[in-house]
Amino acid sequence: MNNNVLCPECEAEVSLDANVMQGEILVCPDCGVDLEVITTDPIAVEIAPMEEEDWGE
Amino acid sequence: MIRASIVGGSGYTGGELLRLLLGHPEVEIMQATSQKHLGEYVYQTHPNLRKQTSLKFSAPDDLEPCDVLFLAMPHGKAQHHINQYAALAEAIMDLSADFRLQDPETYKKWYGAAHAAPHWLDKFVYGLPELHRDEIKHTKYISGVGCNATACNLAMLPLVKAGLVNLGQPVIFEIKVGSSEGGASVNPGSHHPERSGVVRTFSSFGHRHTAEVIQELNLQKPALTISSIDLVRGALATAHVIIDTHITKKELWKAYRAVVNENPCLRLVKERRGVYRVPEPKILAGSNYADLGFEWDAANGHLVAMCAIDNLMKGASGSAVQSMNLMCGFDEMMGLSFPGLHPI
Repeated sequence: MNNNVLCPECEAEVSLDANVMQGEILVCPDCGVDLEVITTDPIAVEIAPMEEEDWGE
Repeated sequence: MIRASIVGGSGYTGGELLRLLLGHPEVEIMQATSQKHLGEYVYQTHPNLRKQTSLKFSAPDDLEPCDVLFLAMPHGKAQHHINQYAALAEAIMDLSADFRLQDPETYKKWYGAAHAAPHWLDKFVYGLPELHRDEIKHTKYISGVGCNATACNLAMLPLVKAGLVNLGQPVIFEIKVGSSEGGASVNPGSHHPERSGVVRTFSSFGHRHTAEVIQELNLQKPALTISSIDLVRGALATAHVIIDTHITKKELWKAYRAVVNENPCLRLVKERRGVYRVPEPKILAGSNYADLGFEWDAANGHLVAMCAIDNLMKGASGSAVQSMNLMCGFDEMMGLSFPGLHPI
């Protein structure tokens, strides 16, 4: 099974573990966005809601 | 193993060259000259080099033949002695501004005087590997780079290379710089009570490094505004440009990813969490990496492109050693792997 997906935010190729589970949250290694695995067969991800952090500025 | 010497070894860029070349596995340093510190150990001027070398500063007139001669003198000096230096070494790396600009008239316009050796200008390749990697591999004469120009050129490189910018439109660069850009000589503005805590715009427009941005990126209307801030090392260029609103964020990512993947010293910093979400020069002190980043307001096409560097490294001595590596057929990153410090 091909466990690579494209990040919907930046189109970086994201490699997923073979035993990835539906609902799992991943981080795109390029743009840092949170990705939620919405299906595992086929593998598909979507951008997950991210809580805005206070940057201290 | 190549034999290298440094003319003007007591300044900040000379000190950085010594630090980098002492740790370089393929370079043996033969001489470092300094009239002012003649006969003194180099670590007496560059204290971080204590126990790294027992080299003493030589007289400029006592220079001996070597393979690569680094010129780290103030601007305007090298052009008067270039024939003498070329007779001593097959390859020359001049870190000053003397051989950066290809056109004698352009040099005169920006530096206010005719060039003393105009026939040498087209022999030199501009020493920024991210722009001239193949030419550097096939030349023996390499110029230095302006630190502010380097931050600007690298900030815009992904956009220019991908054709996402209209070269004729204005690009506004706001550049914040540390005190080491001023060199090792003192002036009233570098006096501690005057420099400490400073946020001072010392060049609103017309800085000489503008010429390097025009020459290297072919931008026709770049405006560089430069401010001193309370850092010793570091430069951050923040470029403002309007791009076509039909361009997608994915195209921008593709442009940045392509440039970063092609260039081992470039890193893309665009995080969603943590403190270091955008490029910041503080963590690059002593490193030859240049950190790039961007933010884009899709509604009006306003793009902010950023580049952080250590002005003495990627903006001077680091790029020179990187270019030397390419010219000599060494690994491009040899001696340049230090990633910087955190916290600092």
